[in-house]
Amino acid sequence: MELDISRFRAAFFEEALENAAVIESSLFELEKAGGDPETLNQIFRAAHSIKGGSGTFGMDELAHFTHGLESVLDRLREGTMPLTPALVGLLFQGCDALKCLLQAARNGEAGDAGTGPLLAELLSAASLTPAERLSAGGAPESPDAPPAGSAAGGRLIYRIRFVPDPKVFERGLDPVLLLRDLASLGDLTRRELDLGSLPGLSDLNAEVCYLGWQLELATDKPERDVRDVFSFVEDTSKIEISVGLEPAPGAAIGAPHTPPEVGASSAEGWPQRADAAAPDPAPAAAALERPAARAKGGATLRVAVDKLDQLVNLVGELVIAQSVISQALEDLSLDSLSRMRDAVIEMERHTRDLQERVLSVRMVPIGSVFSRFQRLVRDLGEACNKRIVLELSGEETELDKGIIEQIVDPITHLIRNAIDHGLEPPEERSRCGKPEVGRLLLTAFHQGGNVVIEVSDDGRGINWQRVREKGVAQGLLQPDEIATEERLQELLFAPGFSTAAAVTDISGRGVGMDVVRRNVDALSGALTLSSELGKGTRVRIRLPLTLAIVDGLTLRIGDRAFVLPLLSVLESFRPVPEQLKTILGSGEVVRVRGEPIVLVRLYQVLGVVPEHVDPCQALVVIVEAAGSKLGFLVDEIVGQAQVVVKSLETNYRKVDGIMGATILGDGKVGLILDVEGVARKSAYDRPRTLDPGGPEQRWPGASGARGLNPAVGHAGA
Amino acid sequence: MRELDVTQAANVTQYLTFQLGSEEYGIEILRVQEIKGHTPITPIPNAPPFIKGVMNLRGAVVPVLSLRETFGMPAIEYGKFSVIIVTAIHDKVVGLLVDAVSEVIDLAVADIDLAPELGARVDTSMVRGMGRADDKFIILLAIDRVLSGVDRAAEVSLTNGAEKSMHGAAPDSRAARETPGRVGI
Amino acid sequence: MSKTILIVDDSPSMRGMVSATLAGAGFSVIEGANGQEGLDRLQGKKVELIITDLNMPIMDGIQFITKVRAQREHKFTPILMLTTESQDTKKQAAKAAGATGWLTKPFNAQQVLQTIAKVLP
Repeated sequence: MELDISRFRAAFFEEALENAAVIESSLFELEKAGGDPETLNQIFRAAHSIKGGSGTFGMDELAHFTHGLESVLDRLREGTMPLTPALVGLLFQGCDALKCLLQAARNGEAGDAGTGPLLAELLSAASLTPAERLSAGGAPESPDAPPAGSAAGGRLIYRIRFVPDPKVFERGLDPVLLLRDLASLGDLTRRELDLGSLPGLSDLNAEVCYLGWQLELATDKPERDVRDVFSFVEDTSKIEISVGLEPAPGAAIGAPHTPPEVGASSAEGWPQRADAAAPDPAPAAAALERPAARAKGGATLRVAVDKLDQLVNLVGELVIAQSVISQALEDLSLDSLSRMRDAVIEMERHTRDLQERVLSVRMVPIGSVFSRFQRLVRDLGEACNKRIVLELSGEETELDKGIIEQIVDPITHLIRNAIDHGLEPPEERSRCGKPEVGRLLLTAFHQGGNVVIEVSDDGRGINWQRVREKGVAQGLLQPDEIATEERLQELLFAPGFSTAAAVTDISGRGVGMDVVRRNVDALSGALTLSSELGKGTRVRIRLPLTLAIVDGLTLRIGDRAFVLPLLSVLESFRPVPEQLKTILGSGEVVRVRGEPIVLVRLYQVLGVVPEHVDPCQALVVIVEAAGSKLGFLVDEIVGQAQVVVKSLETNYRKVDGIMGATILGDGKVGLILDVEGVARKSAYDRPRTLDPGGPEQRWPGASGARGLNPAVGHAGA
Repeated sequence: MRELDVTQAANVTQYLTFQLGSEEYGIEILRVQEIKGHTPITPIPNAPPFIKGVMNLRGAVVPVLSLRETFGMPAIEYGKFSVIIVTAIHDKVVGLLVDAVSEVIDLAVADIDLAPELGARVDTSMVRGMGRADDKFIILLAIDRVLSGVDRAAEVSLTNGAEKSMHGAAPDSRAARETPGRVGI
Repeated sequence: MSKTILIVDDSPSMRGMVSATLAGAGFSVIEGANGQEGLDRLQGKKVELIITDLNMPIMDGIQFITKVRAQREHKFTPILMLTTESQDTKKQAAKAAGATGWLTKPFNAQQVLQTIAKVLP
């Protein structure tokens, strides 16, 4: 029976690549935290899974290689091998090689893609004995030589004494099936039941096996095949096999010879493969036929199970609503008309919701893309001898899958720039009084109906003076021209412009900022730069959201409902008068556990009539915006809901302080607050205070000038 | 931008007519997506007063513009007799709040007169012409100009934080009757 | 009436391949992604054969086999484990827990069916 398993290959590759990603991220864990057993197990399971599948689909090189990895991991798991940094480096390389092999296999390329030497290194690292190495390295076992004499044309006669373990039934085995199996090998010329152990009827336990057999099998199959039949029971049952030749007509009977002790199986167990017919040709053929297509991730999409579950539930609701309608149509009474009306409204709501959620299936968390940058940063840092740590934030921010794929290149460019030009080598950093380890921060968050991705570093910052000089030298600026920072920024985006003293290997000439900006423009996004000499640089990419679902806190101010993204919310409480203070005559703060937090009267910012003006009769919700904390004054917290964000700009325009709208449960439109926007607006509207200090910035080491520091009173960048 | 849609050989266009105060107005039926009765409206913070807010149109968030207030007429209570004409212009869907909807009429090119001189109070760029039907004068609005005017005004009002209505007064058909003109559009 | 086989493995492609093989041979197949799911799928049912991987999250193969054997309906049901382990310890543990036999990965469709034939009447 031919089975076409080729359609499972595609699924296997998806899984295998995911497993490879798990291996890589677990290796990062190992590097940081040492040999935690659960992490080691995770890596082992992932490698194991890849190995199993690759063998099944006939990808031998992949299977061999993975086995090598597995061997090392096994030693680590057992604790018989120390986890050294060199070993971790080796494992990282192994992971890379694995991915190479997977791609090669996926494209139908044969061969080990040059991973042979690495495999040898892995195996020797695991200090496998030569025998184990052989089985890992995979020279296929040579089949046992058939006993002498079978070539003479006569078949072999196997005499078998088989006494199963009395508990054999408890392992789900029926010995009679073994006899059937044996019979299929040739002719079972003798079957003698041994009832010696059978007790009397009153002592008989139906769950115990009291039987034994004396058998004779005539076949030309080798002994291995005969033993194979008993492979599942050999360790607990008595199996004695002696083999002789079938007497050829007239020939003398050859002396039967007793094979060596029936004992434990060897390291690789019975080679189940050997006597099967030629391995299923289907997978191999399929591999050849498959065109070398480079799946660029467009064909499939892995969807979180609960997203699908929600869809399924919605469809269920729709079905119910629809059946209510058809039922009501049957009776067509006044009462049924109103039932129908209600059901139609329900259907409308569910269909709409369904549409949203199906679309949202395309939304994936950006973390899936962020994680690959860990590797990039590590490798680049090593390559240029700089110590760099990558911090990620906002990995759960969701983006359309298509956009995510296109944003990878620009971000990669920016990271390369930061590492190459921005961050200084450790000695230089110490000299400047900075910690030796440079910080690279990759952040993503929703803001004002957009997704913002930031790449920030605490490195040298941009030397605008030099940019100016370079601009003049390249003829892009007049020598006496007074260039604003905006103008200088534009220069940076000019093709071929670079102020780097040396063109390095990593980011190349001219650095490609023009390309980055072009990519961002292509996504209808915007790129902005801010930098401070000696402190660092922040590049911000703003992309429009096609669709987002946000966890929100629904609140009430006056008679209006608003939604606050839960991500920004820290806590809420009803203040007591002692907590409220006014600073320098115009800024209100509320003290929370000693910390003063600026109070924002939302009703003023939003132009709404509140129920309570006195904070002590209302609620303060503490939110976080761009690294600062604010206290929003609201009348009531109504509840929590997952809301679908609709852009106001679709039909209207961008509104300050509002990130989007949503349809609430009652069918009305609810406005979703943009926390940063509200913060900006309230700072702008508030009279300036003289207090220069303020809450910490989110940007590593930045000054307050470009940040969102309400106390300073600047509108944000 | 197509000025007139040819529906028949006789160059006739269909208009949806509606009332604001004592005047009758009309917009091309092709711009009209649907007509909604009273729908809950969520106000938008710090928007100009002629933008009443946004409403839910089968899941889409659609702004609602009070044409009365756009033309500087006093606002009336938004209640169950209010009507919203949902129009689609330049990929945006906008609801126009009017007093009442009248009917759909056919107007041939010949039935449309040039927009008259209505005085400095009114922005005549919003008026495409004066239609005549059964002794009634109908002020035909160039709805896209209305909307872009609104857009500009909204931007101004938001940046200044001030609240102003857009124009002095509504186009008025009485003035039209005094200065007939004749031109195809 | 066709016989029902339960396949438990955390790799969907492995499950898919085994399922398809078995279905093609006329068996009825139910699936689980780990030991716990396997137990859930067995609730109120009786299957004629169980095939299970050993390395799985949440509940591994050995725990699963132990729990299955504790069920009255499945005390004598043949259980095959899927293993690539060259070491015997896991295999022995599984056997001690009550596994009937095993299928060594990598295996092809034919081997699946051959091995099943050994343990299914």
